[in-house]
Amino acid sequence: MTVLDLLLEPLQFDFMVRALATTVIAAIVCALLSCWLVLVGWSLMGDAVSHAVLPGVVIAYVLGAPFALGALVFGFLAVALIGAIRGTSRIKEDAAIGIVFTTLFALGLVLISVTPSHTDLNHIIFGNILGVSDPDLVQIAVLAAIAFVILVLKRRDLTLYAFDPLHAHAIGLSPRFLGALLLGLLALTAVVALQVVGVILVVAMLIIPGATAHLLTDRFGRMLVIAPVLSATCSVVGIYLSYWLDAASGGLVVLVQGAAFLLAYLFSPRHGLLGKLPAARRRTAVAN
Amino acid sequence: MTAPPAIEVADVAVRYGEVLALDGVSLSIAPGRVTGLVGMNGSGKSTLFKAIMGMVRPDRGHVLIDGAAPVAARRRGLVGYVPQSEDVDWAFPVSVRDVVMMGRYGRQGLTRRARPADHVAVADALDRVELTGYAERQIGQLSGGQRKRAFVARGIAQDARILLLDEPFAGVDKRSEATIVRLLRELADDGRTVLVSTHDLHALPRLADEAVLLLHRVLFHGDVSEALRPDHLARAFGLDVLDLDLDRDQDQDLNREGPA
Repeated sequence: MTVLDLLLEPLQFDFMVRALATTVIAAIVCALLSCWLVLVGWSLMGDAVSHAVLPGVVIAYVLGAPFALGALVFGFLAVALIGAIRGTSRIKEDAAIGIVFTTLFALGLVLISVTPSHTDLNHIIFGNILGVSDPDLVQIAVLAAIAFVILVLKRRDLTLYAFDPLHAHAIGLSPRFLGALLLGLLALTAVVALQVVGVILVVAMLIIPGATAHLLTDRFGRMLVIAPVLSATCSVVGIYLSYWLDAASGGLVVLVQGAAFLLAYLFSPRHGLLGKLPAARRRTAVAN
Repeated sequence: MTAPPAIEVADVAVRYGEVLALDGVSLSIAPGRVTGLVGMNGSGKSTLFKAIMGMVRPDRGHVLIDGAAPVAARRRGLVGYVPQSEDVDWAFPVSVRDVVMMGRYGRQGLTRRARPADHVAVADALDRVELTGYAERQIGQLSGGQRKRAFVARGIAQDARILLLDEPFAGVDKRSEATIVRLLRELADDGRTVLVSTHDLHALPRLADEAVLLLHRVLFHGDVSEALRPDHLARAFGLDVLDLDLDRDQDQDLNREGPA
């Protein structure tokens, strides 16, 4: 059996083709968004929102409404609650985030347990990439396309918001609007990604690619290319590994992402741990 | 008819919960001048800046920029802002040119695509602050003084008539400080209004035409030499005069040892 056979064999199955397509779509849009999330310092918020959308998705399922709508409502609700607790009590932000997202996530779990359904809502928690249907794929593609277009069109405003919101305000833009836009995109993207890796691991797709790209370049424009390409590659590798090893696909996708981050962390030419060493050694030599 | 003041602050009070940050601040600043805003940490300098930029809404009183409400002034791009060093993420993946281009966003379309005029304005601004050769560097790869000049260039590219600078001399060596002082003086000579918040008193005489001493309210507004009188400073800093002199000597020693 040649390498080519190894690569082509899984593609005989429709479910594998759908899985790969879904994963690549989700990986690209999550990775784009992650570039801003890691720079704004919203990783924890990303974690919170991606978990807090769970009850919204379940309620939307029960009502027959689009998942994205329920996710948006609960994404904003979570952020509003976090802000309210921080602003009106002595509880600090990290505790407020922890309280709100776990409570909402728990609400989602309870709702799932009492919802009779013919599709297993547990797939939302752990992801069910191999069980994606054609309508699922269409929905994911549409949501991802919406998020992608908004991110690309508003990329400069969002970067300004991440870098210097006070300046954004000073020139008449609304940092509050840009923050809300980013938040809405976060909730939308969480819906896209939760089908792939599940609610629990969505945050990995929303943080790791941006963080890895940040270690590899000093140009935001390049980050926006490196992160999606890297994330899509890692995701495809993860899916193949899960096919060959017959192991959890969502978990493997995230593991490969983490391994790529580790490589960048160690070997990035300018910002990696080992990449920096020769330069540091040179400086020491000159100083002596 | 005389021109309206560049910045007019009328009886502004701002309260954060229990803390009264500004307590009836009134201030009128004429265009084309460099004004030093002097006060200790917690005196309300940052809050006053935020009130002028409209970031905080005063509980009482109002602010006028060039005779207009702050929101209109912001839309016209009148107000430029140079943030304090510690408020900037210096590892952020933007080049010096990117930062200066952000000054143009208020004048561009919804996607902020740069037009030829924007590129010219950015190149001119970089030239003005003598950073043309550094345009492609990541912003964190500049020295302390160059970083400040990059942000001043952003204000120039914006064509801001009013520039607010928050502690521009913190972490800046003597030579860069002199460069920045010269640059700000030139901008004022162009007719721009420059408001600098600082607790760095020794730069003040060369830098500013006038000084404002702030401690939740305006203690003094007038000549720099008079503002620096020990009795005025003692009130602004809540120190006795002897302590203050010692602090100033220490500051200067520290600066001498700083990176050249």
